[in-house]
Amino acid sequence: MTLTIGYYPGCSGAGTSVEYDQSTRAVCARLGVTLRDVPDWSCCGSTPAHTVNHVLSAALSARNLELAAQAGLEVVTTPCPSCLANLRIAGHKMEQPAFRDDVRALLETECETLAETKSTLQVMVEEVGLDEVQARVTKPLAGLRVACYYGCIMNRPPEVMQFDDPEHPMAMDNLLTACGAEVVPFPLKVECCGAAAGMPRKDIVAELSGRLLDTAAGLGVDAIATACPLCQMNLDLRQGQANAARGTRHAIPVFYFTQLMGLAMGLSAREVGLSKLVVNPKPCLERAGLL
Amino acid sequence: METITLQKPDSQFLRDVRERSGQEPSNCYQCGNCTAGCPYNFAYDIPVSRIMRLLQLGRRDEILQCKSLWLCATCQSCTTRCPNGIDVARIVDVLRHMAREAGYATERNVKAFGDAFLESVEKHGRVFEVGVVAGYVRKTGRFWTDIELGPKMLPKGKLGLRPHSIQGAEHIARIFRRYRGEPEPAATTGGETK
Ligand code: SF4
Ligand code: SF4
Repeated sequence: MTLTIGYYPGCSGAGTSVEYDQSTRAVCARLGVTLRDVPDWSCCGSTPAHTVNHVLSAALSARNLELAAQAGLEVVTTPCPSCLANLRIAGHKMEQPAFRDDVRALLETECETLAETKSTLQVMVEEVGLDEVQARVTKPLAGLRVACYYGCIMNRPPEVMQFDDPEHPMAMDNLLTACGAEVVPFPLKVECCGAAAGMPRKDIVAELSGRLLDTAAGLGVDAIATACPLCQMNLDLRQGQANAARGTRHAIPVFYFTQLMGLAMGLSAREVGLSKLVVNPKPCLERAGLL
Repeated sequence: METITLQKPDSQFLRDVRERSGQEPSNCYQCGNCTAGCPYNFAYDIPVSRIMRLLQLGRRDEILQCKSLWLCATCQSCTTRCPNGIDVARIVDVLRHMAREAGYATERNVKAFGDAFLESVEKHGRVFEVGVVAGYVRKTGRFWTDIELGPKMLPKGKLGLRPHSIQGAEHIARIFRRYRGEPEPAATTGGETK
């Protein structure tokens, strides 16, 4: 298939989640999806902006949606759920003329056309399709037992996101099943990991991420698959902190789902950025005969 | 048990929240669904359903001074599960805006982190993660309590040591200045329109 779509990497894609960005680009290339970066994209404001003011938050997001539209991109995809939420909520709220006027006053631009935003997960399921994904698999993830963890905002609130089920999403489960993995039903799919509390209140992250790790371990998984840079960081980089706070000894690798898809499509460990993960993923991949 | 003094409800407060959030707090019938699903409830001083009740009663100060407002992660669980379709997370967001405006920040470090983040965006147009950490440490006077994570991240090439600046950085800085209602500095606006 050939599909050209706008791409918004988000700030963490250039820093703490480079491997998500890298594997997303590599997998999209394999699937025949051409990603065109939004020209001169800027930060969406993330959580801090909407906790300060909704107009400010929407202005920071809308700048990108306008730049994308001006570059002829009707749809922009982002791998990051936090960017997704901000960009979509901005688009959604700007349907109200009064709110739109407030945003325009901050932006000093017309905001006549704005691109629509979709998660990369949604694009892969709806635009590419599971059959097409399956057709590209050369090294099925057979023998890899995975819990898919979506994080709290990928599909919520449903009125804004309009994709998948808000309580029991299946998009990632289906994609990784199409890649041959043994996906286990994970009851905490949409429970919060502690989000951005990592720096100011790491006790909260240790508690919430710790519950996720305990549950995944209880299901006997080899790995957790995530779709969010913040979730991945809390579960992977901070796994040691959760262990220390709760007296556990988990060593569960935490992948981005795009890294696992890439491996299934024959991409190398380097092409999907495996070396960036903190909990060593090699043993579980070797056991499953994937490395 | 804490005794509750009867006070006159601040009905202006309720009207403000209603207007700013676009939600109707009086639709809440205290089922407790929001609290039951709130992952942060264990760390809250006032559970979210109780905040809804206090809101109906117009108890402005108690609400704006509570820690829960600063701990809420906008995870949207309450919004998704409220049987009355109240966007509870939006109400909490608006209450946090009002707490900030009123000069309350009962979880100082959470506010400091958010402020450091936005300063980085204002300066570079994108977030520079190392700069956010530095700004946070400066504001809180705390040593970076995650210092043990540094050696895990540095060899991974995840901590960019230089900010990515974008062409539109000045446009972003102007959005912030307009938001704060600051006049434009005369010399810096020449030529650039984006
Ligand atoms: S959005 Fe905030 S109040 Fe609502 S459930 Fe999540 S953390 Fe709790
Ligand atoms: S879920 Fe809705 S109705 Fe129930 S207590 Fe919370 S806000 Fe009130």
